[in-house]
Amino acid sequence: MRNKTSLGKLVLLLVVFSLIVAACGSDSSDTTTAGGSDTTTAGGSGDASAVCDADPFGCVEVGSGEAITIGTLLVISGPNASLGQDSQNGVVMAADHLDGTFDGVNGELLGHPIAFNHQDDGCSAEGGQAGAQALAADPSTVGVIGTSCSSAALGVADTILSDKGIAIISPSNTGPALTTPEEHQPFYLRTAHNDKLQGAAVAKFAYNELGARTAATIHDGSPYADGLQAVFAETFVSLGGTITKQEAIQVQETDFTSVLTSIGADSPDVLYFPIFAAEGGLITQQARQTDGLADTNLIGSDGMLSADYVAAAGEAVEGVYLSGPDLSAFTGDQDFYEGEFKTAYQELWGGEPAAAFHAHSYDAANMLFDAIKAVAIDEGGTLYIPRTALKDALFATSGVQGITGTLNCNDLGDCQSTATIAVYQVVGGNYDTANPVYSEVASLDG
Amino acid sequence: MTAPAPAPTPTEQSSRRLRFERIPMRRIILIVLSLSIIYGVVAGSTATLRTGVFTAEDWQSLIINGLARGSVYALIAIGYTLVYGILFMINFAHGEVFMSGVYTAYFVAVAFAGNGFLNSNPLIAIAILLLVSMAVSVFVAVILERLAYRPLRGAPRLVPLITAIGASFFLQYTFRGLYGANVRAYPNIEILQGKWTIFGIQMLKTQAIVIVAAMLLWVLLYLFVARTKTGRSMRAVGEDREIASLMGINVDRTIVATFAIGGALAGAAGILYVFLFNQVIFTMGFLPGIKAFTAAVLGGIGSITGAALGGLLLGILEAVGPNLFLTGANVPSPNQLQPVIAFGILVLVLIFLPGGFVGASEEKRA
Repeated sequence: MRNKTSLGKLVLLLVVFSLIVAACGSDSSDTTTAGGSDTTTAGGSGDASAVCDADPFGCVEVGSGEAITIGTLLVISGPNASLGQDSQNGVVMAADHLDGTFDGVNGELLGHPIAFNHQDDGCSAEGGQAGAQALAADPSTVGVIGTSCSSAALGVADTILSDKGIAIISPSNTGPALTTPEEHQPFYLRTAHNDKLQGAAVAKFAYNELGARTAATIHDGSPYADGLQAVFAETFVSLGGTITKQEAIQVQETDFTSVLTSIGADSPDVLYFPIFAAEGGLITQQARQTDGLADTNLIGSDGMLSADYVAAAGEAVEGVYLSGPDLSAFTGDQDFYEGEFKTAYQELWGGEPAAAFHAHSYDAANMLFDAIKAVAIDEGGTLYIPRTALKDALFATSGVQGITGTLNCNDLGDCQSTATIAVYQVVGGNYDTANPVYSEVASLDG
Repeated sequence: MTAPAPAPTPTEQSSRRLRFERIPMRRIILIVLSLSIIYGVVAGSTATLRTGVFTAEDWQSLIINGLARGSVYALIAIGYTLVYGILFMINFAHGEVFMSGVYTAYFVAVAFAGNGFLNSNPLIAIAILLLVSMAVSVFVAVILERLAYRPLRGAPRLVPLITAIGASFFLQYTFRGLYGANVRAYPNIEILQGKWTIFGIQMLKTQAIVIVAAMLLWVLLYLFVARTKTGRSMRAVGEDREIASLMGINVDRTIVATFAIGGALAGAAGILYVFLFNQVIFTMGFLPGIKAFTAAVLGGIGSITGAALGGLLLGILEAVGPNLFLTGANVPSPNQLQPVIAFGILVLVLIFLPGGFVGASEEKRA
């Protein structure tokens, strides 16, 4: 009975989803500025048709006055919407700033306006698949900024888009698997830090700063959470600590008291649950009511470093530690970020950034714009952007100053070889990104 | 056969079924399968208890916890069971009826928390929340019946089922449009914080309240169905709709009453649910809905007692099962397998007791 009905729901879901995708596709690719067709010199050289024929994936052709289409594939609905919306804001601001000012109007790239095709990654493999297919099916998609969640990228969006020769740059995928030699897809890059850095930093914080000697972890089966807790556990043990339990929960469940009772039986010093807003909020509340966890420090990571999580956890959130990129220690242009960028962000979107990856997505979009400038060939106002050359230009990014730091992309698509990871504490119902309780510079090489 | 076989039902005795020589063979396979599962459960449990990881208090709190969530399942399950008892259809949008009330009451709760009323007059505030939640759920349930189900009453059974699934999505996304897509935390109510010690067992105040309130509502409903005129007409319509209408019972009104009662209980269940879980989002009805439906089937769909028993059993299995059965067997991350255990037990029950614990034929239908 249950199987039949969930099948029915699935079919309906697909229908509904395709309707939504169709609706989004038609109304989100509007252009805010009409194209001015000044003569501009593009960085690419040589005969366009020869270059395009030679490129295995061909060229994107942008006619005179037409817009350059950039896709985004971020979580913009559901319990993690503020994570993706924050990143999407960053992308839009990068287009806005092409003309040197944040004025709410997109600037132009090589004399062409920028159009966005915003898709939802749903923070799931299914969402990533549907969104990536919609973007891959549109021949005008030059590049994609996404996904928000590693689960939407791993083996799904990264593969679908790489198969079509469309470059995809993630501002917030931190799952280590995405850039391993076994799993890495040729057109995938990211400006987010690799969780090899974050998991290790959290373990060091717990062991050295909190003085924790025992720890338990919970993940939700996503590649992000599973990868992060594994790195944490490995580092924590190598520092001399003990992992009492490594548990897992189901997404969308609401009652985690049995898992917490099981963990509470050992009363660990630290409970690390690098998951997402809804389940993270419930675990926070229920852990506070579990006897064995009365003195346990709760630590989450950047999937929960958002307004959604703080709202979901309610008053129980007080004192929770959350790790993420150190927004106060970007090695890039800190003055620009704290001053012009943040002010503009508040003016344009009506509030403080609700999550931590707007700067990473801003950098990702600029990386893409720079690469387009480097390879596009302008022939009488029509722009030809060879796909493979675009990807090569992205992977060649090196020593570029972004807001988050210096971007150096390696062969596996990791563009943040060094990142500053911070741990924030929730005090008075909010975490202050300007004042982390712990911060360390970590490097993939060392 | 050594294991207890279920009493043959009239259909199985019919000559048509007896012609199939294979049936006993199939049943032997099933019994062997079930015995091995039962062996696994017993072995796992003994191993867990021998390790002594969990103290008696831990088990107590797990069971209380299971009872609390089971009570919520039971209240929602009654909505499924009442409608099934009368219309023989499964109202899959019932989870959304549950969501609609409590999600709407959230905004009232936030307003109350804002002006301090929630904590200065908590009992009145909770009563108002309860009323709002129940009223909205009743409204949604009745509208649903009127617009989506009544026009299809003569249609083949599959049609209202598919309509119900469609209505479920329609309601989910309507409420997403109305209230947004974010998770929201219910404001804390101070008098519900903390623990009580009852019969020497420590439990959260919220858990105790949820269990007692659910029992109270169940008793009220039972008396209503058994004693009142509307209750009697509900039973009569469930028995035979045409004859009931010949006897002068207004079938339409009775069916609306059934949906309204199911909705009211779902609305109340919503408030109890946020006492426990403190969180609302537009998709929150789906999983509790599926589980309540499971609970209704487990107990015997069509039976009110069955819904209550099924809900409590499912809650306890979910809470205790993974820790008890799997910890001793050294299964990594046992609690991830919570649904496997709960639904595995459902399959076992359906193999041996196809009508659930309280077979619909034995007890008077809703």
